[in-house]
Amino acid sequence: MRTLLLLLALLPSLAGATMAADVAGMDASQEARYRTLIHELRCLVCQNQNIADSDAPLATDLRNQVRRQILAGENNQQIKDYLTQRYGDFVLYNPPFKLITLLLWLGPAVLVLLALVMAYLFTRRTRKPSTATALDEEKLRKLLDENK
Amino acid sequence: MRYLIPVLILAGLVVLFAAGLKNDPREVPSPLIGKPAPAFNLKLLGEEGSYSNADLKGRPVLVNFFASWCEGCQVEHPVLLKLAKESNVEIIGMDYKDAPEDATQWLARHGSPYRKVILDNEGTAGLDWGVYGVPETFVLNADGVIVYKQIGPMTEAAWREKIAPLMAGAAK
Repeated sequence: MRTLLLLLALLPSLAGATMAADVAGMDASQEARYRTLIHELRCLVCQNQNIADSDAPLATDLRNQVRRQILAGENNQQIKDYLTQRYGDFVLYNPPFKLITLLLWLGPAVLVLLALVMAYLFTRRTRKPSTATALDEEKLRKLLDENK
Repeated sequence: MRYLIPVLILAGLVVLFAAGLKNDPREVPSPLIGKPAPAFNLKLLGEEGSYSNADLKGRPVLVNFFASWCEGCQVEHPVLLKLAKESNVEIIGMDYKDAPEDATQWLARHGSPYRKVILDNEGTAGLDWGVYGVPETFVLNADGVIVYKQIGPMTEAAWREKIAPLMAGAAK
């Protein structure tokens, strides 16, 4: 149990050590860009992880590539272009807005709009019977008055 | 009438989801289709000299990324052997992130369907070709342009229905 706890306590420092090796030779702004980029890029093997979190060999390769290009002075867009030329838009967690991704970007807004329209129609429809009963009551009162 | 709209929406969603179910998320469409094969110049396995993307031009070829450590490659291997032998397809092997000795041993044990085996030990060609998991097979026409990518093991059905017609068209 104690060894397990010790191992658990060591884990973050191990992760810290690999991270430190990853960003060796980078200045603060490059390091920040590196961290943002690897969180925005998808690992294509383990598809629901970014390359920062993935242990897959491909993710390591992609991280190395990002690091090499940052150190070579490439900007974020150039690095993203390099990767999309090879792996397509799928590699980006934040897909670009274009014709093929139209449904992806506008779909949720369209659904919300549709829900609002339907909610409006339904509430309007249920209001009608209440006015009808109010009328009925009036009629009823009249009828009762006549009978007096 | 009151229930028509929700039912129509449900029907629309069912159609959308049914179509979505047929898509395999493992198959990421390659942006390289219709583009020339990425440049490389790498050593060959078991012979002197190197092989570059220029050597892929002049006739339709299959470029098959494989590795001795890859299980899917064993699955597709009999299909590749049959294609090379019976259909006389030129298959160029790309030994991806592998040790040359391991590849030699693996090919000796299973037989080689490859005219040439290119050594991509570091996976640099793999990166440029957008390979994200072996086996992957690229179909190249005589101009060295990628016309199709088979993700995962090559199957007889994929060959018959998709790749053979492309190769026949590309030979012209």
